[in-house]
Amino acid sequence: MSDFPHTPPRYSATFTPAVNAEIRRAAASGIYDIRGGGTKRHLPHFDDLLFLGASISRYPLEGYREKCATDVWLGTRFAKKPIHLDIPVTIAGMSFGALSGPAKEALGRGASAAGTSTTTGDGGMTEEERGHSKTLVYQYLPSRYGMNPDDLRRCDAIEVVVGQGAKPGGGGMLLGQKISDRVAMMRNLPKGIDQRSACRHPDWTGPDDLEIKIHELREITDWEKPIYVKVGGARPYYDTALAVKAGADVVVLDGMQGGTAATQDVFIEHVGMPILACIPQAVKALQDLGMHRKVQLIVSGGIRSGADVAKAMALGADAVAIGTAALIALGDNDPKLEAEYQKLQTTADAYDDWHEGKDPAGITTQDPELFKRFDPVLGGRRLKNYLKVMTLEAQTIARACGKNHLHNLEPEDLCSLTIEAAAMAGVPLAGTSWIPGRNGGF
Amino acid sequence: MQSFDLGKEGLRALNSALHGLKGQTNMTDWEVVNPKGAHAIAAGVDAPVDITVRGSTGYYCAGMNKQATIRIKGSAGPGVAENMMSGTVIIDGNASQYAGATGRGGLLVIKGNASSRCGVSMKGIDIVVHGNIGHMSAFMAQSGNLVVLGDAGDALGDSLYEARLFVRGSVKSLGADCIEKEMRPEHYALLEDLLKRGEADGKAKPEEFKRYGSARKLYNFNIDNAAAY
Repeated sequence: MSDFPHTPPRYSATFTPAVNAEIRRAAASGIYDIRGGGTKRHLPHFDDLLFLGASISRYPLEGYREKCATDVWLGTRFAKKPIHLDIPVTIAGMSFGALSGPAKEALGRGASAAGTSTTTGDGGMTEEERGHSKTLVYQYLPSRYGMNPDDLRRCDAIEVVVGQGAKPGGGGMLLGQKISDRVAMMRNLPKGIDQRSACRHPDWTGPDDLEIKIHELREITDWEKPIYVKVGGARPYYDTALAVKAGADVVVLDGMQGGTAATQDVFIEHVGMPILACIPQAVKALQDLGMHRKVQLIVSGGIRSGADVAKAMALGADAVAIGTAALIALGDNDPKLEAEYQKLQTTADAYDDWHEGKDPAGITTQDPELFKRFDPVLGGRRLKNYLKVMTLEAQTIARACGKNHLHNLEPEDLCSLTIEAAAMAGVPLAGTSWIPGRNGGF
Repeated sequence: MQSFDLGKEGLRALNSALHGLKGQTNMTDWEVVNPKGAHAIAAGVDAPVDITVRGSTGYYCAGMNKQATIRIKGSAGPGVAENMMSGTVIIDGNASQYAGATGRGGLLVIKGNASSRCGVSMKGIDIVVHGNIGHMSAFMAQSGNLVVLGDAGDALGDSLYEARLFVRGSVKSLGADCIEKEMRPEHYALLEDLLKRGEADGKAKPEEFKRYGSARKLYNFNIDNAAAY
């Protein structure tokens, strides 16, 4: 035995313990990893942008004294009855099936109290959500589960879902363990089977068909409802332009940080673009068509705070949508439930096996015993509080930038901390006037 | 009879008038002339009225129909009677792609042929096709009955759930998880009723049909079935 010191163990940067664990898991189980939520990898994000604030060249507004408005109109292009929201933070589509009935009720309560809208999901409209939502957006999805003209007429807007940020190009999946009697009935499928939502619509393909489909929906609803088109962040310049061409009132753009109820981890982590890279392309498409602010842009995917809201709006969005953050506000992944998360071999703030239906917080489950734990009145109050805080935060920043409406925030109010963010967001690297690629187009 | 000239009065006026019909209206008989392939004719009707369209229609005629009986005296474009809830739609000619897509109830009768994806994702609708149907018909069909007096194209009933498919002629190929199944007495009775209501009772007999349905092997994921997709 030599007295020379051993080379210390060295982990591979390619085959990390986490990578090796996944290889072992796949080898043992024979199935890819399925989970909920959005991407967990580090990405250029709103954290890489900063506001410049007022200085000699522009003056700020007084907090609590000078007004900074937050309202937003959606659907002003064609709809006879556009939506007017008090705040530009909406609740993204999440299905009954993925979420419990009480959780959907809480989303409706919280959103309504804060003056904003909530959205149905893949599974149809529930009474819990319609009854408690002042403004409800009804998703028109490829699966068409529960789709019917009565719900189309009693919603406040229709969202034609082409894709979502967590899985652009992918359909939905609700595994058998969450197909309760009620979910099965609403979706017209046997109880207990893995239930797939199609990845594309059954009766149209391409932008020309989409135009005709939107026209049909307008005819059925007598041109009253705003029609949104939701796309995942893949080719936002072209998708936005084509949605506008097809007749959308509103484009909803979801980056890869946006969550899903369940899909393959490989899909969540490797398909789509971060929302920071998507917004400027969509805004440019709208500007090139002379439709910026005429067709409204709602962005989502990783919105967590009023700062994120303000940054998204400074880049040109009219409003944002939150999903994951809303669930956390309701009580999802709370460290108070750590002992129960440990039993599920996970930990608070990392729990993402929503498809298994065992959520200790009673939110992403169809188990009546579990969802009894969730109080929709309290959940709604927590969501309202959170939405109000986000709005106050966004107003605080906007006033500091001298803006009397959140919509007056502009890219010139921002700088970037990294070269990547500067290139993606199209705002200069801090301390420079450099926007990488600016002369090279997108 | 209320006669409506689509060429002169326009689609919005037609659908607005039809949507205005509620409950037990006595304006039960409608005729639409000069359809000229317009889209969304009589989409979203919710009243027990009879509507005859004299000519061929574009996309989504009778979309989401409830209660009404709509006759197309011509051929229908893509997505005819899509997501129909109830009522009856009868097409004298042929139907393009996605006829009866996602339909949840009612009866769709196509007296000519239907193109690809007939009955795609159907959820309770009954469809009777006097002629042939194209490829990928009844893809992901959940429930309801598809009756075909002629032949079926490739990949019939791919990824089928609980819908029942009855084909009298040949089937070019079956899709994933779709198999031929035994015809039992209840199926003959069901066919007899559907052929009668589908205005095909003189054209075919129940015993001439074969039944196809889901093998239910792909209902819950198993890695050993991955090659089936």
